[in-house]
Amino acid sequence: MSGAMAKRLTIGILGSGKVGTVLARLALAAGHRVLISGSGDPAKIRLIVGVLAPGAEAVWSAEAARDADIVVLALPLGKLESVPVAELDGKVVVDAMNYWWEVDGIREDLTDPRVSTSERVQAFLPGSRVVKAFNHMGYHDLDEGPRPVGAVDRKAIAVAGDDAEAVASVSRLVDDLGFAVVSAGSLRDSIRLEPHAEAFGANEDAGTLADMMARFDETERGRAVAAARGADASV
Amino acid sequence: MNTVQFGLDTFGDVPTRDDGEVMSYPEAIRQVVDEAVVADELGVDVIALGEHHRPEYAVSSPDTVLAGIAGKTSRIRLGSGVTVLSSDDPVRVFQRFATVDALSNGRAEVILGRGSFTESFPLFGYDLADYDVLFDEKIALFAELLTEKPVTWSGTTRAALDNADVFPKTANGLATWVGVGGSPQSVIRTAQYGLPLMLAIIGGQPERFLPYMDLYRRAADQLGTTAHPIGVHSPGFVADTDEEAAEIVWPHMKVIRDRIGALRGWPPIQRHEFQAEIEHGSQYIGSPETVARKIAKTVSSLGVGRFDLIYTSGTVPASARLRNVELYGSKVLPMVKDILADSTNGTVAA
Repeated sequence: MSGAMAKRLTIGILGSGKVGTVLARLALAAGHRVLISGSGDPAKIRLIVGVLAPGAEAVWSAEAARDADIVVLALPLGKLESVPVAELDGKVVVDAMNYWWEVDGIREDLTDPRVSTSERVQAFLPGSRVVKAFNHMGYHDLDEGPRPVGAVDRKAIAVAGDDAEAVASVSRLVDDLGFAVVSAGSLRDSIRLEPHAEAFGANEDAGTLADMMARFDETERGRAVAAARGADASV
Repeated sequence: MNTVQFGLDTFGDVPTRDDGEVMSYPEAIRQVVDEAVVADELGVDVIALGEHHRPEYAVSSPDTVLAGIAGKTSRIRLGSGVTVLSSDDPVRVFQRFATVDALSNGRAEVILGRGSFTESFPLFGYDLADYDVLFDEKIALFAELLTEKPVTWSGTTRAALDNADVFPKTANGLATWVGVGGSPQSVIRTAQYGLPLMLAIIGGQPERFLPYMDLYRRAADQLGTTAHPIGVHSPGFVADTDEEAAEIVWPHMKVIRDRIGALRGWPPIQRHEFQAEIEHGSQYIGSPETVARKIAKTVSSLGVGRFDLIYTSGTVPASARLRNVELYGSKVLPMVKDILADSTNGTVAA
């Protein structure tokens, strides 16, 4: 979707549900190769992939992780333990997940305001370079959202991470897929993109999204996070 | 020519009276019965009541309310939308709807779903962590029960059945749908059991769901089951003018949307988002002409066999709600049928 011809990448997507299949379609439309996996045998998702993301290759998750330039985690956060840690070593990993208690169950570790869920993902994947992106936009807005560079109604995706090179790679991918990029700081800062933050659910242009994140500290949620983090400097 | 079916769906939202006071729960339940009677008189094909366990909604036992409606109506089909099968007993669900089917001379139908709310889990002693296995096992058992023959079944979520015969039997079988919100796996599971698919399209452009409909048909084809006409249900509201309809709904829907959204971490809804849903999304709000055009567009572009309008939204006043039902039955549906007949020269795609 960007003006210049982008380099063709292999994108691995772990998760073949609503978000995974939409991101697969967008990546295919941008000219990338897509490997997508479900929770086990690729035979189980071949029909879904064939219909919802034609052109993507259904594979085992270890294969998607191993062969991809960039791997997107689009599975329920509660199933993080199922991802192939060894194959993700050294990889740029996009965390598109959110804590969703109705699916993940009630998890106190995932609701602790002192730690963003992407920091948890990074801690679980110590050898990977985790970048938060695509989590805040609803899957139907993602589906309908892609626009070329320069379009007046181009929507923005916030990108947060601790590894500058990985953030740059993911930012190029976001642009490729048809969205403007708004820098959202570190993984620690990515709590500003999580449920209960104003930017969660945002389907907005870059300026509006940047403003939402900038005023996070003044919101009720922002104050609660600051208070919890201030009260315990150890995390 | 296959005739498209048109329905009205509600969760029994507790409305306000004309004096601005919120109705009691018994009044709210009787309001739904009154609306169903009007819908029946005006030729609406089906009314579907969704099970909820929250203070904003009066209907937690759809089948009991449907039994009440059965005695006061003669044509309208009586459905649930949805029955939260995961936290219910499939045997009892079958028995209750088979009973409604008897009381209504064969007009009962059930839409099974996982539900978009989860209050029923703690209420009935289920663990959200078992969300998937509960539905998987229970829909498998329900599919067996639909044969109305003795059932032998075992699983982890319910006592095993050994050649158990379940009563009452129905006269012509119990019409059963599966309600799906957008999970591809749920679409395939519906095809696997050869049951009709009801898609909940509550946001965004309806055409976005075309691939899911394709998935259902192709899955049924591969699995050797029957792909039935697909239904969709979406929220809306009809008043005399576009402006009036939006103004009536907005303050009430905002309260309930923001309250439920807060539980999921969504920020409050903005008016421009609401307006965008009306203009090119999935809110069928406006004058009879506007809503009719929008429904006809969805029905023809998706090729669905059924369209249900979720006609209640929080505390929208009871009198406006009743008017909404009247306009839907007396004006919107005849217009939709005219548009569809004109645009297809009388042949609606199967």
